Parts: sequence; structure tokens; C-alpha cells
Amino acid sequence: MNWSQLLSSSIGRKIVMSVTGLFLISFLVVHLGINACVFNDLYDATDNGDMFNRAADYMGKTMLIRLMEIVLFLGFFIHIIQGVMLEMENHNKRKIGYQVPVGNKGSKWYSRSMGLLGTILLLFLILHWWHFWIPSRFTHVGLETPIILSNGRMSHDMFLLMKITFSEWWVVIVYVLACISLTYHLLHGFESAFRSLGVHNGRYIKILKSIGIGYSVIVPLVFAMMPISFKMGWIG
Amino acid sequence: MEHKSINLKLKIWRQSNSQTSGSFKTYTVNDVSTEMSFLEMIDVLNEKLISEGSEPIAFDHDCREGICGACSMYINGRPHGPMNETTTCQLHMRAFNDGETIVIEPWRANAFTVLKDLVVDRSSFDRIIQAGGFISVNTGNAVDANSLPIEKSKADASFAAAACIGCGACVAACKNSSAMLFVSAKVTHLALLPQGSPERKIRALNMVAQMDKEGFGSCTNTGACEAICPKGISIENIARLNKEYLMAGLTSEK
Ligand code: SF4
Ligand code: FES
Repeated sequence: MNWSQLLSSSIGRKIVMSVTGLFLISFLVVHLGINACVFNDLYDATDNGDMFNRAADYMGKTMLIRLMEIVLFLGFFIHIIQGVMLEMENHNKRKIGYQVPVGNKGSKWYSRSMGLLGTILLLFLILHWWHFWIPSRFTHVGLETPIILSNGRMSHDMFLLMKITFSEWWVVIVYVLACISLTYHLLHGFESAFRSLGVHNGRYIKILKSIGIGYSVIVPLVFAMMPISFKMGWIG
Repeated sequence: MEHKSINLKLKIWRQSNSQTSGSFKTYTVNDVSTEMSFLEMIDVLNEKLISEGSEPIAFDHDCREGICGACSMYINGRPHGPMNETTTCQLHMRAFNDGETIVIEPWRANAFTVLKDLVVDRSSFDRIIQAGGFISVNTGNAVDANSLPIEKSKADASFAAAACIGCGACVAACKNSSAMLFVSAKVTHLALLPQGSPERKIRALNMVAQMDKEGFGSCTNTGACEAICPKGISIENIARLNKEYLMAGLTSEK
């Protein structure tokens, strides 16, 4: 059994999905941590996004983080391509379907809809890149006037960009819907990733289940609070 | 138990052979005793069809006591019908109501070709078992029963996995037509025992390779298989197979 045989087998591909999935899950924690700095405005009205902008500045200008960004893109790429391929192949394994489908008997709708939820998230991701990543790295649209941070460095005002972006209702709604999709994607994905890696011990599965539910609800919820808070004028 | 007679409408998939395409035909069966098994009810219908000079409905069955894994009907959107941990042959007509329409389909998966009506070719399962190969045991006189100590919990878990009757309902219920519950039950059954441990790694690798070759889909842990399995095989076995396979794959010499 060489590496390519291992990774291209049905279980090998499950493992690839699970490892990349867990990597993306850990990335989300970092992303959330950085972005949650916008909420500093709630405690310190004079902050005006300074804490968040300093964090964003650090992320944008640190070599190691930039290198990790490449790994991150690779993680996204593999997870998406492999996911799409698996979904299509699995779908074709039953050429003639049932008159009466199995439906919800024994499985959750979101467990069976990872492909659909993933596609929604991919579409959202493209919009999200277009809103923030592309302006901050390349076009600088909406970021024309640099600001001086409290640590004396010059930087883009990402906080302002968020404020402008989230001033439109449709954007807020799309982001909230994407967060809901993320919740369901993770509700299945988190636990499933560990099962795919071979965790079968009931004691651990029980703990992982609880952590998985907590993670799947809390992380997307905090993310969703960002566009909502900007739109409602609670911050910014 | 109260004895009743019920009248039923059956919508059954009819297909003359694997080359032709089939369709649903509707039949009525009257005065069905609720104490009949599901297969006896089909027997009654078949007698009627034969006496009318038409082709009886082909279906797989053998033991009719829930141990051989031959029976395989997809009844009202669920493999083996509405009762938990019950094979089609052990399903009784009291699970249905008077006047009900019952839709009966064959297992659907590319790896299970429909041979005739409700009979599907499950030889892919046999080839997976074959790919698992032999286990090394000493020949000669029968050894003393307790000469090989096995931890009780392991023996129990192995026995629970060995309860799989190879019916294929897990594949039929899975959105991916994956055979992972079946293969995981077979791999776990031996992986937990000292017998066969020399071949433990190669067995996991070969059985999974054969499973992929037979055209089953890949598992996404939805849990439908576990819910419909007539023998209550746990999805934990799938995670165990993943571990067995990963360990075998990572430590393989070549
Ligand atoms: S695991 Fe259950 S459903 Fe699958 S073949 Fe074995 S007994 Fe049948
Ligand atoms: S006929 Fe043997 S299990 Fe049903």
C-alpha cells in the first residue's frame, strides 16, 4: 500500500476530508478571535475599531501568517474539490432511485446535505473574498485613506470597510444565512471528522459530540453577530 | 394478540431480468391474517398469480427466521419494512393497517444488480468476504475451550459485530450506497479476537480495496445504515474500520 493508494481509497479520501475539515475548523477559531476584536467597541466607545485594525494589521504583515494563508488556501481547495468529487461519485452509485425515498429515517437531513451546505458556503466564500480579502490584498477599494493605529503604524481601516459593507441589508441577510449553513455543516462535520479518523470509543465520542454542538452553534453565532451589530449600530 | 384480517394494495416492482427495465404493478390481496409474516403474505399473492396463469413475484428468502440474510425487500421507503431490528421474514402483517397501500422495491445500488423482480445480485458481498482471506489457526485436535483467554467486553463486541447477516440493507438505506457497515462488521468481528490477528492488517486493506472495486459509494457517516440494520450493527464499527485501515495503511512496509 503506497501513499497514493492509501489516499485515493474510499477511506483514504474520508481521511483527507476530515483532516482538511479539522484544519479549517481550527482556522475558524483564529478568524473568530481576530474578528471578535470589533466588539471591543462595546466596552470602549473611543476604540473605533483600533483593536481590530491592529489585529488585522498584524495578520496582514506577518510573514508566518502570510505563509499560513497559502496553506489555508490549499486546505480550502482540497476540501472543496474532494468534497464535490465525492458528492458526485456517491450520487452516481445508485443509478435507479427509489419510488419512496428513505428520507429522514435514521439520519439527519443535514448529514445527508453536506454537499448542498458546502456549495452554499463556497458561494458565500466567493462573496466574502470579494468583500474583504480582495480589497485588502489587491484592489484597496474602500480602503483608500490609511489610518494611524494606536501603536503608531499606518494601516488600512478594515473596520471602516466592515461598517460600509454591512450597511446594506441584503449583505447582512446573506451573511446570517451563510452562518446558519455553517452551523449545520459543522453539526455533522465536526463529529464525523473524528469518526473518519477512527475515534470509536464511546467515551470520547460523547465528549466530541458535546464539543461539536457547542462549536457549531457558538462560532457561527458570534460571526453572525458582526454584520448584525454593525447594521444595528451597536458598534461602528 | 387480537386476530384480524386486513385487505391490502401492493405496489410491487416487476422486472423480468437484469437486461430489461422494470415497472411497478399494483395488486390487491384480501383477507390477510395479521398473524402472517410478510413473506407468507407474498406467498398468498403468488399462489393467486400462479392460479391465474401469471408469473409469480420473484424474491429472495431462505431461513425465514431472521438469520440467513437472504430476504431483502424495501418496504414503504425502508429496507426490511417499518419495524426496528426486524428482517423482512420476521416482519408480521400486524405492522400494517387495513386498506393500506404497501410499496415494495428491490435494494437499489449499482453494486446490487436487479436479477428479477425483487431479487438482487449480492455476490459483491461474497467477493469482499473472500478478499478478507483466511485466518491462521492451529489444526489438529480441537483445543480446550478456555485455552485462549479473551476479555469479556471484547468477546461481546466481536459477537455483536458477528451478528451481521450480510443482507445488504445498510447499502440499500445509504444515500451513498456504501457498504461500510457490512465491511466494518466483518473486519471488527475478527479484529477484536486473537484468532486471525496475524492477518489483521492485510485483511482490512484487502476488504476495503475489494469494496471500492465493487462500486459501492464512500461512507459519510450519516447513520442511516445503523438505524435500519436488522441486526443492530453499530456505526461505531465503521469508525473502528477507519482506524484499522488507517493503521494498516500507515504502517504498511511497501
Ligand atoms: S450490517 Fe446490518 S444491514 Fe448491513 S449487511 Fe449486516 S446485517 Fe445487513
Ligand atoms: S429469510 Fe433468512 S433472514 Fe429472512
